[in-house]
Amino acid sequence: MLDKNGIAKRIAQEVEDGYYVNLGIGIPTLVANYVRDDISVEFQSENGILGMGPFPFDGEEDADLINAGKQTITALPGASFFDSVTSFAMIRGKHVDLTILGAMEVSENGDIANWKIPGKMVKGMGGAMDLVASAENIIVAMMHTNRAGESKLLKKCSLPLTGVGCVKKIVTNLAVLEVTNKGFLLLERAPGVTVEEIIEATEGALLVNGDVPEMKNV
Amino acid sequence: MIRKTVANVTDALVGVQDGMTFMLGGFGLCGIPENAISELVKLGVNDITCISNNAGVDDFGLGLLLQKHQIKKMVSSYVGENDEFERQMLSGELEVELTPQGTLAEKCRAAQAGFPAFFTPAGYGTEVAQGKEVREFNGKMYILEEAFKADFAFVKAWKGDAAGNLIFKGTARNFNPCMCGAATITVAEVEELVPVGELDPNQIHIPGIFVQRIFQGKDYEKRIEQRTVRQK
Repeated sequence: MLDKNGIAKRIAQEVEDGYYVNLGIGIPTLVANYVRDDISVEFQSENGILGMGPFPFDGEEDADLINAGKQTITALPGASFFDSVTSFAMIRGKHVDLTILGAMEVSENGDIANWKIPGKMVKGMGGAMDLVASAENIIVAMMHTNRAGESKLLKKCSLPLTGVGCVKKIVTNLAVLEVTNKGFLLLERAPGVTVEEIIEATEGALLVNGDVPEMKNV
Repeated sequence: MIRKTVANVTDALVGVQDGMTFMLGGFGLCGIPENAISELVKLGVNDITCISNNAGVDDFGLGLLLQKHQIKKMVSSYVGENDEFERQMLSGELEVELTPQGTLAEKCRAAQAGFPAFFTPAGYGTEVAQGKEVREFNGKMYILEEAFKADFAFVKAWKGDAAGNLIFKGTARNFNPCMCGAATITVAEVEELVPVGELDPNQIHIPGIFVQRIFQGKDYEKRIEQRTVRQK
């Protein structure tokens, strides 16, 4: 079974040379730490920076330089700043190659819910609805089950939706799955996790074709 | 040259009244119009509608107006950093219209640019689309979103001049440019009001035509919400 960093490491393997990548808050943010250093990738943060760098050194924080999670960051050589309209032109206009975000629930047809629990928690969708409605390459990073042990990969989402039929791939602490028109296709198992354990933790339709390989280099 | 300079924040906010709709720039606490917010608290205007990506934190930014219950309605995309906001919203004291971030920006830009409405894919198939016109273009579904209407836009820039020209810094730019000229009156506060002619016309982000009043801001706290660092 993977921890959050393991999930981030596996997703980092999906990042290709020349990609512009938008990382959501939480596990997705960690992906930047594991991208191969022999490829060129630029990270976009929707509050208005392309070419986002690591956290600043202690004492060099700048209140005018943050990411979408409101964390202090740095700008790499070649970076650019822009306003929110331009930022979402990049997103809606499909100029961003890969979007990685977290989720509370994903359904077997690729619907995603990640912004609201009615009556309990309402943080808002931020840029997530724009991202999922437009991006063609969306990877969800999340735990396979919630704190109560219930599956987050469902037949149908129970929470208010963020987007419909948009998720293509999911990386959890147990597995890598692809969303197909017949349900979740199991691509890889986390080290030490059996197919039976994944079946047990998945409520939506799960397709298992032959031997399922273990993830590598996580 | 048409001069836009006013002496201070008090003069800049002349005409502000109860029940009005305001746009406020900023993302989190980054690039917020600190002086205008303090003055709105001081003036005690009530029943206001605020269009702002976030709602500040409990004791800073728009949180200061929330504490005093001056806000009737918030139009935002993300409000997760403010416990008092969440409490007022869940108890029904505060009306909230959650709007996807890109849609929020474009509703400002539409108002600025004279478009009554636009189609966006964001929110299709979700509760954001409820009651809105849906249309298919090239096999994909879109919803119709209307331009905002606001009485005042309060923005914060790094540098500006008496002509109302503005330059922003870093990610403090965010929603500020698209709110300029998107309301009846745009008030810009700047960290540095420089003599006319000092700003390079090639580098100006917002031309003065979109700004009605500009003033030299003061006492900026520029609070950092999440101080994250690495060790040398």
